[in-house]
Amino acid sequence: MALALQTFPTVEDAGAALKAAGTRYLGGGTLVVRAANEGDVSISGFIRSTEPALSIIRISGGEVRIGASVTMAAIARHPDLAPLAHAARAVGGPAIRNMATVGGNLFAPTPYGDFTVALLALDATVTTDYGELPIETFLAKRESNHAIVTAVGFTLPKEGGFRFLKQSRVKPKGVAVLSIATVLEQAQDGTVTSARIALGCMADRPIRARAAEKALIGRKLTADGIAPALAVAHDGTSPPTDPIASAWYRNEVLPVHLGRLLLA
Amino acid sequence: MAKVPVQFTLNGAEKAEFIDSGTTLLHALRDKIGDTSPKGGCHQGTCGACTVIIDGELRLSCLTLAETCNGAAVTTTSGLSEGGVLHSLQRAFLDAFATQCGFCTPGMIMAAKVLLDHTPNPSREDVVEALSGNICRCTGYEPIIQAVLTAARSNSQNAV
Repeated sequence: MALALQTFPTVEDAGAALKAAGTRYLGGGTLVVRAANEGDVSISGFIRSTEPALSIIRISGGEVRIGASVTMAAIARHPDLAPLAHAARAVGGPAIRNMATVGGNLFAPTPYGDFTVALLALDATVTTDYGELPIETFLAKRESNHAIVTAVGFTLPKEGGFRFLKQSRVKPKGVAVLSIATVLEQAQDGTVTSARIALGCMADRPIRARAAEKALIGRKLTADGIAPALAVAHDGTSPPTDPIASAWYRNEVLPVHLGRLLLA
Repeated sequence: MAKVPVQFTLNGAEKAEFIDSGTTLLHALRDKIGDTSPKGGCHQGTCGACTVIIDGELRLSCLTLAETCNGAAVTTTSGLSEGGVLHSLQRAFLDAFATQCGFCTPGMIMAAKVLLDHTPNPSREDVVEALSGNICRCTGYEPIIQAVLTAARSNSQNAV
């Protein structure tokens, strides 16, 4: 049976309609239409908003604000977001990237949601029709949050400060074994002064590798320098076992790939 | 449930239908309009068999609601040939044996068309990337890649 779509010109009106039981917000359709096609009977209708602000990328003084309806393809081709292009291209094939939105990616369950891993490393904020939240707080409660995401914001990392890796079995497009994003700051002698490391597929949603971040501070990005961080890389992880990889395998290869990313 | 109107251009011709709200574009094309060139494979956005072009961009019709296409220009593989003459991609797929069961072929050709529209002389890597959202279980992909490269060369020669 088809599910009714309601379109509203403002987020406010869409938010009011979204209070009805069984409704889901429709972004690019790659999550909720897929769920409906798979027979998710909890969905009784789709709600969307065509408010123009949802589709705008604004960059000013190094501060980035990306509307929730902006697609992965739009991010990948934006000249001022070149450091993030690799992470945006990690999502799906060309058709999926023309549809999948930044807002939707925040809700993508493991093993999907590669771009959210990048946003977590960037320490992004998530703006909803109810206000602004740190991304980590948002992700922790995303299932129970019925607000509409309107934008994400973050500070553009310094040149070379952002790194991203997605490991998959199928090339060039494949579901992630794991994905890793880092934002590092280094002193002139190469010593790490601040580190944020985000992991995808190492839990049911993207998580920070806090122990590894702490172990990197004051160290240099050499094999010896990063060894303590790699030793604690899977502290706090609880990766899934799925058709792509077992939990054991993900934990085994995490330090290998994190090491390659840090030494790249 | 009340029907809702949808109106878009399909392969250059105006189409208007009344559909159930929430109907996917794939369902509307195949079961209401009668264009069966997009195929319903996984309905999850994984196989690419339903790929169409909407306003110049590659999209998956199984995950696109028809109502969101109001006013858009939709292109499917059935609209590529002109006056009974196959499109260069269709000809190349035939000549290179790039189709076996044929189920993935319309989606592959749509993905290849967008590539050649933007990159007339693609590298092999460009072709592999462009087809990365489309699955083929028969050919092993190599004949498909060669067909796209052949079509690109053919287009370049015809343009001279």
